[in-house]
Amino acid sequence: MIALLVRDLRLAVRAGGGFGLGLAFFLIVTVLVPFGVGPETGLLSKIAPGVLWIGALLACLLSLDRILALDWEDGSLDLLATAPLPMEGIVSVKALAHWITTGLPLVVAAPVLGVLLSLPAGGYLWVFVSLALGTPALSVIGTFGASLTVGLKRGGLLMSLLVLPLYVPTLIFGAEVARRGAEGLPVATPLAMLAGISFGVVALLPFASAAVLRINLR
Amino acid sequence: MASIWEYANPVKFIRTTDRVLPWLSAAAVIALVVGLFWGFFLTPDDYRQGATVKIIYLHVPAALIAINAWLMMLVASLIWIVRRHHVSALAARAAAPVGAVMTVIALATGAIWGQPMWGTWWAWDPRLTSFLILFLFYLGYMALWEAIENDDSAADLTSILCLVGSVFAILSRYAVNFWNQGLHQGASVMRAGALAGDTEERVSNVYAVPLFVCMAGFVLLFIALVFLRTQTEIRARRTRALMARERVA
Repeated sequence: MIALLVRDLRLAVRAGGGFGLGLAFFLIVTVLVPFGVGPETGLLSKIAPGVLWIGALLACLLSLDRILALDWEDGSLDLLATAPLPMEGIVSVKALAHWITTGLPLVVAAPVLGVLLSLPAGGYLWVFVSLALGTPALSVIGTFGASLTVGLKRGGLLMSLLVLPLYVPTLIFGAEVARRGAEGLPVATPLAMLAGISFGVVALLPFASAAVLRINLR
Repeated sequence: MASIWEYANPVKFIRTTDRVLPWLSAAAVIALVVGLFWGFFLTPDDYRQGATVKIIYLHVPAALIAINAWLMMLVASLIWIVRRHHVSALAARAAAPVGAVMTVIALATGAIWGQPMWGTWWAWDPRLTSFLILFLFYLGYMALWEAIENDDSAADLTSILCLVGSVFAILSRYAVNFWNQGLHQGASVMRAGALAGDTEERVSNVYAVPLFVCMAGFVLLFIALVFLRTQTEIRARRTRALMARERVA
């Protein structure tokens, strides 16, 4: 499993585009928002947590079809399926690799981009925490979506349609944590819900993804 | 006595539903005509909401079906996963567009009702928002069915999507509840006033009786439509099989 993880990470870094793409997209979304809503500081600092969350979510979504599509095309997914590794392990590693290459940079970059959106001082920590807790869920849910659409031509658009409603609870609680943190309100309840969703999804959804992938590879 | 699984045989299913469908459709039409006529013309105007209250006879039954259609798809998907009866998978597929249309009806009538009552077509109220998300789930489910060529894989994949989607639909429902209370306090006042029809004990009997007739009519209509659409799916699949055989021969 570690070998697979290392391979996926190397591929993401060396094969070009994949690694920095999500980050660049996140940057672009964040930069575009002030152009869209106006550079007024008060308004920006109010919407900053939500914008950062939506940007991170979209950046995640953008990179989802890289999780499995390339391996599907060159046949290495079939090889992995016949390897002694259980399918649940494969999808978990894939999700983890996606999180390390996409989610983790987003988490680190979000507080920095918060400066551009004049995020209130108390918000940096909570944006960081909520994204650190929420992006693994985004990766795992996204892996499920990618498994569903892996054999399809032009599956990317369909995948967005399938994955977006599944992202709603994570987005709501994640943005809620960030927003409350930025406004200095207590964050315990949404934080607990966000953690619950993340851990629940990480624990359970790989089984669904593995089942789906087995059907698709049949 | 034969077991219910016998009806998983497509031939038997078509024969039985063919016999039931006319009665079912007739009952649905009668219930709808009676309920809607009674509701629209024979009930007094509400003292606060005026005549607009009467949209309840479309709004509430449509919402009822919109939610329960997904529940029926969930059950049918489970049956397909566990016992692999093709009719079950096809019934789930047949129910999805009906559920989606009912969701749209509920959303549209809600907007038409909300405009005079709340002064707005749309509010990010928990109930409204979760219905919008439910509509997205329906869209994704139908799109996945259309996208996959192999019938059995399509049934498998959509079934799992339906299971996972149900969990997330419930999760969204509560998440949205939570989110809204944190955002707009004002919405709870509007909700209490305008969606009073959804909590049945608040509706006086004058409105409740025709409303129940309408709900029965919608349920019958839903069952009839699902039967009819399932038959169509079965026949379409047969036609495809025949054409494939001819091409080989």
